[in-house]
Amino acid sequence: MSTLLFAWGNPSRGDDALGPALLERIAAAQPGHPEWGEVDLLTDFQLQPEHALDLEGRERVLFVDASVSCVPPYAFDRLQPARDVGYTTHAMQPEALLAVFRQVTGRAPPPAWLLTIRGQAFELGEPLGTAAAEHLASATGFVEALLSGEWQRFG
Amino acid sequence: MANLETAAHPESLKRVVIEPVSRVEGHGKVTLLLDADDRVHQVRLHIVEFRGFEKFIQGRPYWEVPVMVQRLCGICPVSHHLAASKALDIIVGAKQLTPTAEKMRRLMHLGQILQSHALHFFHLASPDLLFGFDADVAKRNVVQVAAVAPDVARKGVLLRKYGQEIIRHTAGKRVHGTGSVPGGVNKNLTRAERAELLGEIDTIIAWSREAVAIVGKLFADNARLYASFGRFDSGRLSLVRADGALDLYHGGLRATDARGGTIFDHADYQSYYELIHEEVKPWSYMKFPFIVERGSEAGWYRVGPLARVAHCDFIPTALAEAERLAFKAFDGGAALSAPLGYHWARMIEMLHAAEGIKELLLDNDLSGGDLVVRGEPQLRGVGVIEAPRGTLIHHYRVNEDDQIVSANLIVSTTHNNQAMNEAVRQVARQYLDGRTLTEGLLNHIEVAIRAFDPCLSCATHALGKMPLELELLDASGRTVGRLSRAA
Repeated sequence: MSTLLFAWGNPSRGDDALGPALLERIAAAQPGHPEWGEVDLLTDFQLQPEHALDLEGRERVLFVDASVSCVPPYAFDRLQPARDVGYTTHAMQPEALLAVFRQVTGRAPPPAWLLTIRGQAFELGEPLGTAAAEHLASATGFVEALLSGEWQRFG
Repeated sequence: MANLETAAHPESLKRVVIEPVSRVEGHGKVTLLLDADDRVHQVRLHIVEFRGFEKFIQGRPYWEVPVMVQRLCGICPVSHHLAASKALDIIVGAKQLTPTAEKMRRLMHLGQILQSHALHFFHLASPDLLFGFDADVAKRNVVQVAAVAPDVARKGVLLRKYGQEIIRHTAGKRVHGTGSVPGGVNKNLTRAERAELLGEIDTIIAWSREAVAIVGKLFADNARLYASFGRFDSGRLSLVRADGALDLYHGGLRATDARGGTIFDHADYQSYYELIHEEVKPWSYMKFPFIVERGSEAGWYRVGPLARVAHCDFIPTALAEAERLAFKAFDGGAALSAPLGYHWARMIEMLHAAEGIKELLLDNDLSGGDLVVRGEPQLRGVGVIEAPRGTLIHHYRVNEDDQIVSANLIVSTTHNNQAMNEAVRQVARQYLDGRTLTEGLLNHIEVAIRAFDPCLSCATHALGKMPLELELLDASGRTVGRLSRAA
């Protein structure tokens, strides 16, 4: 059973890159931390229903995304399966993905958390902003602590 | 009846402006303007067109473009990948691709169509269709679909997964594929890969047939509502094959008017700019394309599955063609102009994609080794493809140093801008309840917008960035109602 870190965002759109950027940092640090155990890293542009299949066989899941509304530098919340109502296929909430997993497999999804990192600017072709980079550094430290054993504090 | 785009006597009404805050990509907004007697005088859908692309691409070597453009959209990156490749085929002088290259691209494209249409129907549209537009919002979602029809939800996920596998095999990767290059492709498909994908295709075809049947039955059971909901007449635009067949990858441009009369047919899209112009309206950040011959008032049109299936002469795969005939015959053609007809047409196209995938996987050309051609270089190229949501145009100019000097894209959602506004206006006429913005009105507007599945300035998906807002303003300029739904 592995831990899955799943981030989404567009690396070419400014602070939308926060999630994938965090996973890049974790990937770079991972070889020096055998105590983390088996940790799989997945990134995509967007969260979509078929990603429910990527949750199969996980001990726990951490979703990572940029946010325009969380309190800086980041927020960390436990997720429960929940409805998702939208008017476009261009967005999906992680809670809904858990619900899709439950309904498609007939089993409870793995325990899941959402880490949102505060971003501000999302223009095409722009790099990560200064403030976002600071938030990213804080969030990376938090995730490294989680993987080193802090998960136990969160059930 | 007033057209509701612009009020006749706006001096007595609140003037609506798009506030800077709303100029956020991926943000949908509908404003409704009332007079002193609470009658609706103006309805406008505001979606912000994606921007910044020219700056993003200028100065880059042209061969980077097919990969770079995938950063535009996380939902249909393959469509941009292929449209850009087709434009750059012209620039490298590749007038005719090798059979292997063209069939690999076609396979990639059908994989994209399959996965995108499956996503739309099973995840986004089916809650509306299965539970009704007036159902409680807590019920109208894919989770509830799964609860009452777990098999439908499971098949939806697996259909999409199969389409993604086609893309992974043809593009090289599931995300940011590199398979299509100017002048051809950089990989073929091995016999083992083809055999692996063929192993599931009959199931995929069967599930696609079931999906068509679901929508067809819903139309039959709710004929009056489905045919009238948000209905409007308009022209249509799409590519068609030389013999008039549906062709999602290549062809000439066909435009028909609201009565089905031909405006132009088999037009060479290298000169699209002589046929289609874009109008700027002061109240919208998204342009309004129109057919030059008919002018901006009468020349607007719709694109996408409904336009394609409605005005192609036939579909060149047997099962989908039989469904097309049933679709066109339904209630004397009632589905052809109905926004909800998009759902039916979309599933017919999904079936066509599944059949087409099977045909291609059985074709040994996919395993050929002749991948790229070159010819006399050009400084300008246009590529057009029928993306899942409609006609997608990429137009590039390069300099002698092979750098991009200009780019113009017209995406499906821009083509459909006026059509989506018309659908929302029809819904407002039918369901606006005086001064009160009801959840029901928001629901119905969402149903109309969902039929088109607009591309929302793709690929920025930070949580909280994609709400749909509904605002009601009275004659004094006061906001008397506002509803918002996060997405």
